[in-house]
Amino acid sequence: MNGVSTFFRVTGGIVSLFVETIYWCKSFWSNADKIMAQLLVIGYQTLPVGALIALFSGGVLALQAGPTLAQFGVEENVGGLVGLSLVKEIGPVMAAILVAGRVGSAMAAELASMSVYEEIDALKTMDINPVRFLVMPRFIATVLALPTLVIYMDVIGWFGGAIVSYINPEVHVTFSVYYRNLADLVDFTAFVNGLIKAAIFGVIISIVSCYVGLKTKGGPREIGTSVTKAVVLSFVLVLVFDYYVTRILLFLNLD
Amino acid sequence: MVEKPAARSNGAGKEILDYLSSEPVGVSIKDLRKSFGDNQVLRGVDLDIEPRETVVILGKSGTGKSVLLRHIIGLEEPDSGTIEIGGEDIHEPDFKKHHIIGMVFQSSALFNSFSVEDNVALYLREHKIFDDDRRTLEIVRSALGIVGLEEKEDVMPSMLSGGMKRRVAVARALVMNPDLILFDEPTSGLDPMMTRTVGDLLRDLNDRVEITQIVVTHDVDLAFYVADRIAILSNGKIIEFGTPEHIKRCENAAVKEFITPQFEQ
Repeated sequence: MNGVSTFFRVTGGIVSLFVETIYWCKSFWSNADKIMAQLLVIGYQTLPVGALIALFSGGVLALQAGPTLAQFGVEENVGGLVGLSLVKEIGPVMAAILVAGRVGSAMAAELASMSVYEEIDALKTMDINPVRFLVMPRFIATVLALPTLVIYMDVIGWFGGAIVSYINPEVHVTFSVYYRNLADLVDFTAFVNGLIKAAIFGVIISIVSCYVGLKTKGGPREIGTSVTKAVVLSFVLVLVFDYYVTRILLFLNLD
Repeated sequence: MVEKPAARSNGAGKEILDYLSSEPVGVSIKDLRKSFGDNQVLRGVDLDIEPRETVVILGKSGTGKSVLLRHIIGLEEPDSGTIEIGGEDIHEPDFKKHHIIGMVFQSSALFNSFSVEDNVALYLREHKIFDDDRRTLEIVRSALGIVGLEEKEDVMPSMLSGGMKRRVAVARALVMNPDLILFDEPTSGLDPMMTRTVGDLLRDLNDRVEITQIVVTHDVDLAFYVADRIAILSNGKIIEFGTPEHIKRCENAAVKEFITPQFEQ
């Protein structure tokens, strides 16, 4: 019974924070500097690692799929396979996991620390709404940054796949063949599909991380517990929502 | 009331003194009760504080002093009872339009990613009190002057001592132009020298700004140093309330037990 009530309390809290954050998005322009600062932090924390992950993810996709395709004599399709896999599924999920691990954890830690050290209470006493001041800029920055990061990781991942497809003697597909096939198969709809998923993952990660951070009570030890909680909950929700969003996109003929 | 010796004044802070225009308010607490689960923390607190008064709420750790303060500023909802500030219930929808309450937290609650100047300027900037940021900075520097931290505006909070952080928090509360300032354990964790400095600051504010102050502490020396009146909180109730002289002469056993060792030393 305790678990059930906790589930409903947390779900209600997350939904309520989401609705309040959407309400405060009306203050977008007056908080543009805070949003830009968050975007810079997200970029700084994710771009180098994202490039590395994407390069090797594209490479491993080509390494796994290339020889199998070659067995059937259709190795020139490796570009499309890598391209579509990255754009529709691997790019958004990898980017979400990266952002949850690096950015979401930092958000949860920062807000948890602010809760524990009475900074959130200090904001309230100054009649500054913590959702407007702290959550909304992080929410908007994450929702904008994640699709951008996906595009960036897709492009690097394609390149990783192209390198491996070319240098692997079992596949040996030239760059021009690889990219021509990729351009034939990856259409605008597939691209939009990935970006929609990324934006939804951005909503999940920012709201969950901020919720867990703001609800932290106790001492410094609870800050670490909150970070773990935020990252695990974000991972789980990203993967669960990935399935349902894919179902909806398939239903809407966007997949 | 007991006549207190004159506080030290550094003569700084003309701009902030000219800027402070709030009318000090009285506070009236009636039968305030609050429980957390089975733990009954406040068991019917009654307290009347006059405008411009410095009232110290004194009590042992865990008697509900900070919880009482959090109720006065609206961070906690009472189970029952009322709190009126300036004659207006704090839960009235328009209360915050009429009254501003500043609070200095036990942990100072400064934002570590902001400089001292940005911490103090936060309220003024977020509420767009001045169109011109130069005026904001003028007030901020003046407030830092009044707490003796003129040269620290560019320093990050992590570089400050506990006492300095507490003083920045006082400056941050002052620039809000409050009707009332609350202090939660202002000397907790500070060495005796710094405790004295914070005590001087509280008295200096009382003399120069004439603002209503409520100080929560378990530091008996500080209480007698800064208070116009002292309220003794025990087991969630005010058991004695009066001037420092009255409290010293009080025959209540619980009060004597709490304050007597301080005077025997």
